[in-house]
Order: sequence, then C-alpha cells, then structure tokens
Amino acid sequence: MAESNPLLEARGIGKAFLGIAALEGVDFTLNSGEIHALLGENGAGKSTLIKILTGVYSRDRGSLHLDGAEVTPASVADAQKLGIGTVYQEVNLLENLTVAENLYLGRQPRRFGMIDKREMRRLSTALLSRYGLDIDVDALLSSYSVAIRQIIAIARAVDLSGKVLVLDEPTASLDSHEVETLFAVLRRLRDEGLGIIIITHFLNQVYAVADRVTVLRNGRLVGTRNLSELPRLELISMMLGRELQQITHEHQATEQTVATTQDAPIRFEGYGKRGSVAPFDLSVRPGEVVGIAGLLGSGRSETAFLMFGIDRADSGTAMVDGKPISLSSPESAIAQGFGFCPEERKTDGIIGDFSVADNIALALQARQGWAKPIPAREKLALAESFIKSLDIRPTDAEKPIKLLSGGNQQKAILARWLATGPRLLILDEPTRGIDIGAHAEILKMIERLCAEGMSLVVISSELEELTAVAHRVVVLSDRRHVAELTGSQVTTDNILQAIASREEAA
Amino acid sequence: MIHSRNLPFVTTLGIFVLAYILCVVQFPNMLSTRVIGNLLTDNAFLGIAAVGMTFVILSGGIDLSIGSVIAFTSVFVAVMVGSLGVHPLVAFAAVLVISTIFGSAMGAMIRYLGIPPFVVTLAGMFLARGAAYLISTESVPIAHPVIDAIQGFYFRVPGGGRLTALAMLMLLVFVVGAFVAARTRFGANIYAIGGNQQSAELMGVPIGPTTVGIYALSGFLSGLAGIAYTLYTSSGYSLATVGVELDAIAAVVIGGTLLTGGVGLVAGTFIGILIQGLIQTYIVFDGTLSSWWTKIVIGILLFVFIVLQRGIIWYSDRRLAESRLKEV
Repeated sequence: MAESNPLLEARGIGKAFLGIAALEGVDFTLNSGEIHALLGENGAGKSTLIKILTGVYSRDRGSLHLDGAEVTPASVADAQKLGIGTVYQEVNLLENLTVAENLYLGRQPRRFGMIDKREMRRLSTALLSRYGLDIDVDALLSSYSVAIRQIIAIARAVDLSGKVLVLDEPTASLDSHEVETLFAVLRRLRDEGLGIIIITHFLNQVYAVADRVTVLRNGRLVGTRNLSELPRLELISMMLGRELQQITHEHQATEQTVATTQDAPIRFEGYGKRGSVAPFDLSVRPGEVVGIAGLLGSGRSETAFLMFGIDRADSGTAMVDGKPISLSSPESAIAQGFGFCPEERKTDGIIGDFSVADNIALALQARQGWAKPIPAREKLALAESFIKSLDIRPTDAEKPIKLLSGGNQQKAILARWLATGPRLLILDEPTRGIDIGAHAEILKMIERLCAEGMSLVVISSELEELTAVAHRVVVLSDRRHVAELTGSQVTTDNILQAIASREEAA
Repeated sequence: MIHSRNLPFVTTLGIFVLAYILCVVQFPNMLSTRVIGNLLTDNAFLGIAAVGMTFVILSGGIDLSIGSVIAFTSVFVAVMVGSLGVHPLVAFAAVLVISTIFGSAMGAMIRYLGIPPFVVTLAGMFLARGAAYLISTESVPIAHPVIDAIQGFYFRVPGGGRLTALAMLMLLVFVVGAFVAARTRFGANIYAIGGNQQSAELMGVPIGPTTVGIYALSGFLSGLAGIAYTLYTSSGYSLATVGVELDAIAAVVIGGTLLTGGVGLVAGTFIGILIQGLIQTYIVFDGTLSSWWTKIVIGILLFVFIVLQRGIIWYSDRRLAESRLKEV
C-alpha cells in the first residue's frame, strides 16, 4: 500500500458530550487498498470516531476529507452516498425480509414503477456469488447464520458505497473458520482498492488481517503504526498506557500478607462459566486490594459478574469463612456482604432521576427489604454524612443524581455500598470518565477502605492505577486467568508481559 | 416451500376453508353466490378500513381513530348532501381530502414528536368522534340520484348473486393494497420499519415520510370506508361504527399479520374479513343463536392466532439459538 494516496483523512477531530470531551484532536488517515485497525479500550473514543466518520454524530472540531474533498456527512444515508458504508456487529439487516430484499432495500430495480422481483433475485444472486456465497436469496435472512449475514451486510455496504467500508466488531460472534472466510473477503476487497476500517479487540485478528493500526486512549490519539514493524508488547502498552510509570508502588511493603491463600475468608475455587470465563481460583483477604487486569474482552467484567451473582457459575464453589455459599443472584451476593460498582455507571449504576440521597440509600434499602422503608429523615442524614465524608459536590442531597459530574456520581455509588458496610467491594473501572481530581480522590478512598479492613477487587484498564493500589494483580487474557502477580511483582511491565505472552501463544 | 412468515396466513386460509365446508355441510345454501355477494357487500366498509389498518400494523403501529373517522365521514357527507345540497361527488372528494390530512397529521406527530401511535390515534379517535357530534347528533338520511345510482349498480353473477358497487370497491382496494405492499418501495419500507426501525434507518429508509404516508393512507382509507358506510346505510350518524377499529385489528391479526409488525399480507386481512363475515352469515342461517356469538368466536380466534404467532416466534428464536450454538 502506498502511503501517498489518502482516501479518508481526518484532522484534529474533536467531540464533546455535555461538556465532557469524548475525542480531542484526533488525526486519522485511511489509504485506499488498506485494512486499518482501530484499537482502544472501552471509552477510548473508537465508536465516537466511527460515528463521526459515518454521519451518526457531527464533529465539533476538525476537518474530514474524502478523496481530497472536504465532507461533512449529515446522516448514515448521506455517508453512504458519499461512499462510506458501515457494517455493525448486531443491528444491521432486517430479519423479517428475504436476503434479496435486504440487499436492495431502498434501491430495488423497478419496471413500470413496480419492483421487479425477478431482476432483484438475479442481481442478488450475482452479487453474492462474487463473495463466494451460493444461497437462496428468497429465503428469510433469519434462516442464515450470523457469519453469512455479516457477508451479506458487507456485500450491501460495498455495493452501496464502494469507497470506505467500516466494520464494527465484525468477528465478535463468529467461529475461527468463519473469521477466516470473512478475512478472505476483506483481503479481496482491499486488493480491489477499498479502504477498510476494522474495530476489534482480538489482537490476533488485527495482526492476521490489518496493515496498519491506530490506537486511541481516553479520547486522544496514541499513534498510527504499520503492524509489520510493531511488536505485540508495544501495541498492548500503547493501548493500556504506561507513561506514569514513575508512580511509586506503595504496597510493596505488604509482602507479608502473601502468606497462604487458605486462610482467606472469601475464596472462589474452580469458579467459572462456559462461554464467559474459564474456571479460576481467587481469594481475597480483609485489608487487601486485588486488581484484575486484561484487555477489553478478556473476561474482566465477566469475572466480576460471576463474583457478584449477576451471572451464575456452572463450575466451582464460592466460600465465605470456610463455608460454601450460593451466589445465584445479586441479592444473594448482597446478603453475603458483597458490593459491586459496575462499569457502565450511567446505565447500570445510577438511577438518573432519583435524588442523590435515594441513590445512596438504594442498596441498604434493598438489603432491609422493601417492606421496611427507610424514613426520609434517616435517609437524608445518611446521605449527608457520606456527602461530607466523600466530599460529594454539589452537597445538595435532594438533587437528581444525573445532574452531578461523573466523578461525583461514582462517589455516590461508592457511598451506596459503603452504607451497607460490605466486606467485599468489587469496583469495575471505578475511574473511567472521571476528571483528574476525582480520580485521585477515589484511589485514596480505595486505600482508606482497605486500611480499614475491607476486601476490595478493582478492575481497571489503567495499569498505573492498578499497580498503585493493588497488593495482588490477577491477569486475564482470552477469558482465562493467566497469571497472578504479588507484591513487588506488581509492575506494569510484568502485567503487559503476562498479557502479551498469552496473546502470543493463542 | 412455506416460509415461516407465511405460516399464519396459510393457517388462516386453512381455517377459513374448513369453516366454510362445515357451514356448507350444515346449510348447503351458504355455497350460493347470493350469500357470498351479500357477505362482501355487508363487510365492504370494514374491509376497506382493514386494508389501511394492515399497513399501520405492518409498520409496528396502531390506528385507533378509524371508527370515529368513519362516523365523521358519514355525518359530514350526509349533512353536505342531505342538508346543504352539495353534489355527492364533491362531498366525497372533500371528505377524502380531510381524512387524508387528518391521517398525515397523526403520522407527523408520531414521527416528529416521538409520541407512541397508540396515544396519538387515541386522541385522534376522540377528536374525530367529537367533530362528528359537532356536525349533528341526529341520524341524517341521505337521498340523491347519484347515490341511488351507485347503490343500485351491480353485476349479476351466475347463481343469482349480486356483485355490488360497494363489494367491487372493497375488492379493488384489496387488490391495490396488496400491490402497494408487495411491489412498491413504499411497501418495502413499511415492512422494513416494522421489522426494526433502527436497522431500517441505518439502511437508509426514509422513516419520516414513510410514517406520515402510512397514517395518511390509513386516514384516506378510513374516509373511503366512511363513504362506503354512508352508501350502505343511506344515512350519516355520529354514534355509528363505535369500535370498528377493533374489528379491523381483529381481521388483520386473524389474517396472520404480526401485531409487532414486519410480517403479514394484505390478502390475509381479506381472509380475516371473510371469516368474520362467515360467522355472521352462519348465525343468520342458524336463526337461534344470538349475534353476540360473532364476538365470542372472534375472541377465541384472536386468542388462537396470538398464541400461534408467539409459538412461531418462539420456534424461530429457538432455531436461531440452535444454529448459533452449532457455530460455537
């Protein structure tokens, strides 16, 4: 691929939602005849960038050139007309229509003003045969597998747009054979001169199919590189970041806690769920922070879901104080004194229209049972004490929580669990989308809770954060617990090595 | 091969044929063209309205205003022609324009204000009924040479049956409706929206114009059904046709159209109308049954069809899950 023929060129793209920057000064160049991978953790800005390119969002700042001409796609249809087609992971085509109807929706061949079904059938068969698909185009789309639907969607997008093809997690629900078929199609399209952007979190697939890679982190560009000269370890460190390595590791003195795991009051043995996380052993002692590290899709959140009873394990046992317990629902986990702050704060954490006080009292109320409502006065007092101790701003406990900033919302959710006095608190990405000041406060709070004897499990894609707070770090890769680092072993380098060696082997 | 999406239609057709055979075994006269001709004429206005309802339900919506619009139309025409002396054809044209605009306005509110169809058309239902009362609360008789001519017009079919102008109008609406659904981009877009509006939008379907068009069409056909009703009863009455929209929904659902949208045939609605007509005819032939048995049988049939549709969805979901499992 020649570097000299940029097909799609984005310069200094910026986008903010409600004043919070989702993208800042991102440059992105796609050449014709290349497959370009776009990588980054959740919230890195991948999907925001893609949505700007495909006309779903409008950009706040920056320029976008297609074939040298400035473009501003106003809608998906507009982007399609310009030549940018998109294939999404799930919502894509219409299952209630036939294959042919899906391929030609909105541009059906017509004779005397009416849809010419015979011609549509002929065109569809011809179009799909170029992708090596010989299927009944009059059958309903729902009668075909996800892999075939994916190729049908690509055929439609390419036929419709013809310059740029954007694929958002196209391989998430395909098996390895189907992935190979898909990649063969992509390579052929690349050789025909198409520019292809692919978003995926499978690094093996990136190396298998892509020519170049652009990595985003926290809404900023980390870099664009040729994959042939980019070692895997370097790519992973681009994604997870390690600039802040000078942060001292404060917990190296706690090596003595690493005695035996047998005495840990909270233990998971051979705990796992098929298709979610391979069986793992994990124990947490009082006054200990266990970090969970891994790339997006490695099974981090799934581990938390199992530990909190959101997903039911199909193997292994969970033990508290030496007795096996059943974690069949979040309710049973709460009864054991577990708490969980989910990654998706806005959708899974807060109840936006409820007041701060109501949000804080939620878990306590759930544990007491709804038959015994907490009196309004007590609720307010509870909320105010946490607002003071956690420094939640603004301090008005009656305000709807959706009006608070991300960091303060996160503190309120923490308060929700602290109010129940948990023995184990699981935090999934506690600092995502939070400004620097609140970031530091939350880390400090984790340390304080730990010093008070609480057990904590912290999941984070920010490795500095993990190495700063965790006594032990469990490394996940490919939905497996691949390494456990203790004490002085807990360094970003070791974590990256553990992830990379597993990725390499896979 | 029968697509699973056509299974409800095939089932309806089977039930209709079976029911008709049973009726004929008991009352051989029900096979006559006279009975069939009357059945078509008696249900003409309902059939016309049900075609509009088919499009609305195919898109995943609902239109509760149909019965009220029919009542409004009939009162409007009766007063214009009977009291004010306007030529019937002018009155027909005027009322079709009014009902079409009324429908488009509801469609626009549904799309651009994001209000659910149920709420918007419920408001429309009260509005149209109120407007009908406003014009007249009396039953207004109507007499005009043109109307007499239309009412008296029919083709004689072998066996003594009469194919009236009303029956022909309904058949024409069904034929055109089936054509629009199957052979136009507008029709294809309706199926797409009913399947999944978000996907349809991402595939470039113009959601706004299509939604407005769907409700405009339903409004137009309600107006046309109102004209048919006026011709059928030779009068206009603001208290008439209460709940006709529900009969229309019943015909659509019994005809195999999925209430959630995206799957169904205009021809199915025709069979749904025929089944309702058949039950009424049977009750007339029997002579001892209360006419409320129509409602009871329709109720049972609706339950059967909703369960059947659930079953089909459940079955295809399971097949999908199985094929996914195989992939893994």
